[in-house]
Amino acid sequence: MEHYNMNLTLKVWRQKNGKSNGSFESYQVKDISSEMSFLELFDVLNEQLIRDGKDPIAFDHDCREGICGACSMYINGQAHGPWQKNTTCQLHMRAFKDGDTIVVEPWRSKAFPVIKDLVVDRTAFDRIIQAGGYISVNTGNAQDANALPIDKKDADAAFDAAACIGCGACVATCKNGSAMLFVSAKISQLSMLPQGQPERETRALNMVAQMDKEGFGNCTNTYACEAECPKGISVANIARMNREFLRAGMNSED
Amino acid sequence: MALDAKIPQGEMSEKWNYYKGHVKLVNPANKRKLEVIVVGTGLAGASAAASLGEMGYKVKAFCFQDSPRRAHSIAAQGGINAAKNYQNDGDSVFRLFYDTVKGGDYRAREGNVYRLAEVSASIIDQCVAQGVPFAREYGGLLSNRSFGGTQVQRTFYAAGQTGQQLLLGAYSALERQVALGTVKMYSRHEMLDVVMIDGKARGIIARDLVTGELERHFGHAVLLCTGGYGNVFYLSTNAMGSNVTAAWKAHKKGAYFGNPCFTQIHPTCIPVSGDHQSKLTLMSESLRNDGRIWVPKKKDDNRKAVDIPEEERDYYLERRYPAFGNLVPRDVASRAAKERCDEGYGVGTTKMAVYLDFKDAIIRYGKTEAGKTGNENADSATILELGKKVVAEKYGNLFEMYEKITGENPYETPMRIYPAVHYTMGGLWVDYELQTTIPGLYSLGEANFSDHGANRLGASALMQGLADGYFVIPYTLGNYLADEIRTASIPTNHPAFEQAEKEVSDRINRLMNIKGSQSVESMHKRLGKIMWDKCGMARNEQGLKTAIEEIKQLKEEFWRDVKIPGDINEFNPELDKAGRVADFIELGLLMCMDALNKNESCGGHFREESQTEDGEAKRDDENFSYVAAWEMKGDNAWELHKEPLSFEIVKPSQRSYK
Ligand SMILES: Cc1cc2nc3c(=O)[nH]c(=O)nc-3n(C[C@H](O)[C@H](O)[C@H](O)COP(=O)(O)OP(=O)(O)OC[C@H]3O[C@@H](n4cnc5c(N)ncnc54)[C@H](O)[C@@H]3O)c2cc1C
Ligand code: SF4
Ligand code: FES
Repeated sequence: MEHYNMNLTLKVWRQKNGKSNGSFESYQVKDISSEMSFLELFDVLNEQLIRDGKDPIAFDHDCREGICGACSMYINGQAHGPWQKNTTCQLHMRAFKDGDTIVVEPWRSKAFPVIKDLVVDRTAFDRIIQAGGYISVNTGNAQDANALPIDKKDADAAFDAAACIGCGACVATCKNGSAMLFVSAKISQLSMLPQGQPERETRALNMVAQMDKEGFGNCTNTYACEAECPKGISVANIARMNREFLRAGMNSED
Repeated sequence: MALDAKIPQGEMSEKWNYYKGHVKLVNPANKRKLEVIVVGTGLAGASAAASLGEMGYKVKAFCFQDSPRRAHSIAAQGGINAAKNYQNDGDSVFRLFYDTVKGGDYRAREGNVYRLAEVSASIIDQCVAQGVPFAREYGGLLSNRSFGGTQVQRTFYAAGQTGQQLLLGAYSALERQVALGTVKMYSRHEMLDVVMIDGKARGIIARDLVTGELERHFGHAVLLCTGGYGNVFYLSTNAMGSNVTAAWKAHKKGAYFGNPCFTQIHPTCIPVSGDHQSKLTLMSESLRNDGRIWVPKKKDDNRKAVDIPEEERDYYLERRYPAFGNLVPRDVASRAAKERCDEGYGVGTTKMAVYLDFKDAIIRYGKTEAGKTGNENADSATILELGKKVVAEKYGNLFEMYEKITGENPYETPMRIYPAVHYTMGGLWVDYELQTTIPGLYSLGEANFSDHGANRLGASALMQGLADGYFVIPYTLGNYLADEIRTASIPTNHPAFEQAEKEVSDRINRLMNIKGSQSVESMHKRLGKIMWDKCGMARNEQGLKTAIEEIKQLKEEFWRDVKIPGDINEFNPELDKAGRVADFIELGLLMCMDALNKNESCGGHFREESQTEDGEAKRDDENFSYVAAWEMKGDNAWELHKEPLSFEIVKPSQRSYK
C-alpha cells in the first residue's frame, strides 16, 4: 500500500450547546497522512485549534476500533462516511485524496439532541432497552449452561442481531429518523433464543411503545439503515419485529 | 498498618464455602435502607450494580461514557475462561487455579485465585440465561477453544466479540434494574473524589461532564470498578477514555496501591504507523494458534515478505522455544519480538514490527479440506482457496479489521505486528473481600490488583470482572453493611462533603488558570514515551532512576504550562483529559518506583539485571515473594508495605518454555 500526504478542507458543524444555533466552519489541514484514521485527523485539527487559541471540536469516541459505538460522524452525507460496514473510527484517510473538501455533521434526529458540535444525546436507546431489552434472570438463578441446547443456526442468527453496537447510524441515515433497525435487532436476538420466550410478547410491545414515545419516526422501508449500518444488521430483523409486535398485539387482546 | 488479606480458614477448596457459611447477612428490609455507590459500569461494575440492585440495595451507578454499554470491556475479543470441563479434556477448578497462579508467575494470592476458579462456571450459566449468544456446536451445546497455549479447551467465546456480548448481557441486567428503580444510572459523569467520614468511605464527588457541575453523592459503601490504567503509556490497546483517576483519588485518600508496575504487554498488535498514532489495535491472541512469527535472517532486509525465501526467514520463537513455539506466554513472546527489532531485524517502514504469517496454515487447512472431498491431488490454487475459507471462518473479523487499518490483505501478505501495552495487573490493593485499605471502599475488576499476579492469562480478565461483580461482592459487601444498618443516610451538606467538593473545585480552577502553552495531549505523549522507553518491556536501574527524574520534571512543567481551552461549566473534553493526565503523571512516578524496588524479573516485569545467561527472566522468590502495597505519604512520596505471599499448594518453580 503506497502512502501519501494530502491537504484538505474540512467543513465542520459547530454548535456551542443544545440551546444555541449551530453553523458550519471551514478549516484547512495540511500534510495529512493516508495512514491516519479519520478521528486522528480530528486530533490533528484539534491540536491546531488549541494552538491557535480556539475551541477544539467536540466529538464522541472511545474504543477507536469499531465496537463501542461511541463515534458518530455524518461525513459527506453518509453516516460513518464512505466505507461500507464501517464505523467513523475505522475510516482511514486513504479514502480521500489531496484537495478534497469533507463535510462533517452530527447525527441529526429529533430523538438525538445535540450536546455540543458533533456530540449528540443517545440516551433514548438506553431507555428503549430499559423498556424490555433483557431477559429477567436474577444473578444466581441460572441452571447449567449446557442444560439448554440451542440450535447452532438460531444461536448464530441471535449473535448476528446482537452484534449491534448502538451507534445510531441507522437513525441518522433514515429520512424519517426511525430507530426500527436498532430496536428490531434486540427484539430479534431475544425472540430467537429459548431463554427469551417467556417475556417475548411484553418485550415487543413495551420496547416499541418506548421507541414511539422517544420521538423516533416511522419506517417506510427505504432500507437506508441497513446500507449504512456498520455491523451489517439486516432489515429482516424489522420484518421479524413487526411479526412479533402483531403476534403480541393479538395475544394481548384476550 | 499491617496488611491483612483476611483469607478464610480451612482447606483451599473449602475457604469460600466456609466464608459464605459464616458471613454476616443483611435482611431484606434493611437492604432497602442501605445505599451503595458503584463507580464504573464495565463488566465488573455493571454486574455488581445489577446484582446488588436485584438484592434490594439502593444503588447509584456512574460511568463517563454516554451509556454503560460503551465501557472498555466491550472491546475484548478472544473469550472468557471457565472450569466447566465440557470438553472432557481434564479441566477442573483445581487446574484453572493452578494455571492462573503459575501463569501469574507466583505473585498472586492463592486464596483469591482458587475462589475465582470456583465461581467461574456459574458465570457461564448466568450469561447464557441472560441470552448471551456464545458460539455453539452443531449439537446445540457450547463450543470452547484453547487460548494462550493452555492444554485444555476452557475458553468460551462469541466470535471475536466476546467482551461485547458479555457486556451487553450485564448492561441489559443493569438497565432492567434501572427500570425497576433499584439502580439510578449517571452516565457522562466522572467521579473525582472519595468522601471520607470517620475513617470510612461515605460517598463521592462527581462531575456532570455535560454541564461541568459538581455533585455530591452519599453511599454507605463505595465500589470502584473503574478499569485499568494502561493509558499511562499514552499508546495502548485500551479505549481512549480509560484512566486511573478514580483509583488514584482513592489512593490519595489512603487506599494502598498494589504492584503498580505489573503491566501486560501483548505481543500481537498492529504496529505504530506514525506520530499521529492515537491508540493501538489488538490482534487477538488466538491468531498465534495458526500464525507463524518470523523476521528476515538478514539485518535491514528491505525486500517484501513474499520475496524472502523460506531459508532466509528466522522463526525465532520456534527456534528459541521448541516446546511451545509460537504459543509461548505473552510476556515471553513480546520480549522476543523486541529483542529481534532492537537487533535490527525488524520489518516494515518503521522497522519496529515482525511478521505473523498465515501462509502455512492456509495450505494446511486447504489440503485437509481438499482431502475431505477425496481430492488428494488438488492444485495449489484450489488448496489456497479452500484454506483461505477456513481461515476466514476462524479469524475473518480480525483480518478485516487489520485490512481496514493497514490497507494490506493478510490473506496474501503476512500481518505486521508488534507488542503493545494491554492490561494492568496492578491496581488498588484489596483483601479477600475486595475491600481496599479504606473501610467501606471496594475495588472490582481490572481496577484492583488481586488475581493475576505478575502476568494475566488470556481470557481471564473477563472472568475476573464478572466473578467479582456477580458472585463475590454480593456476599462480601453484606459482611460490611450488616454493621451499617443503624447508620442513617448522611446529608450531603455534611462538612466532609463540602470540604471534598471544595478541593475538587479548587483543583479544576487551578488547572484552568494555568493558561500555559502546551496541550494536554502533547504532555500525555511525553509521559507515554518516558514510560514506554524506561518502564516498558525491559527495565533497568539506571533507566528507572532517569525516568523518575524526568517524570518529576514533567509534573512540574504540566502544572506550570498546560493549556486547556474552553470553560469549566460546559462540555469540555480537554478539561476532563487534563485531570486524567495529571493523575497519570503521578501514577507513572509510582510505577517507576515500584519497578525500581522490584529487582527481579517476574511475569510482565523484566529487570535486565535479573536474567539468565540466555536472556530469560529470573525470579527472586527469596527476596520478592510479596505484594508491594504502596501508601501515599505526600507529594512524590510513598511508603512501601509488604504483604508476604505463601504458596501452600502451587509450589513456585521457574517457568520454562524451552
Ligand atoms: C483490545 C482488548 C481485548 C481484550 N480481550 C480480552 C479477552 O479476550 N479476554 C479477557 O478475559 N480479557 C480481555 N481484555 C481485558 C478485559 O477486556 C478488561 O480487563 C476488562 O474488560 C476490564 O473490565 P472492567 O469492568 O474492570 O473495566 P472497564 O470495562 O474498563 O470499565 C471501566 C468503567 O469505569 C468507568 N469509569 C472509569 N473511571 C471513572 C470515573 N472516574 N468516574 C466514573 N466512571 C469511571 C468507565 O466509564 C467504565 O464504565 C481485553 C482488553 C483489551 C484492551
Ligand atoms: S442497527 Fe446498526 S446502525 Fe443501528 S445502532 Fe445498531 S449498529 Fe448502529
Ligand atoms: S470509537 Fe468505538 S466504535 Fe468508533
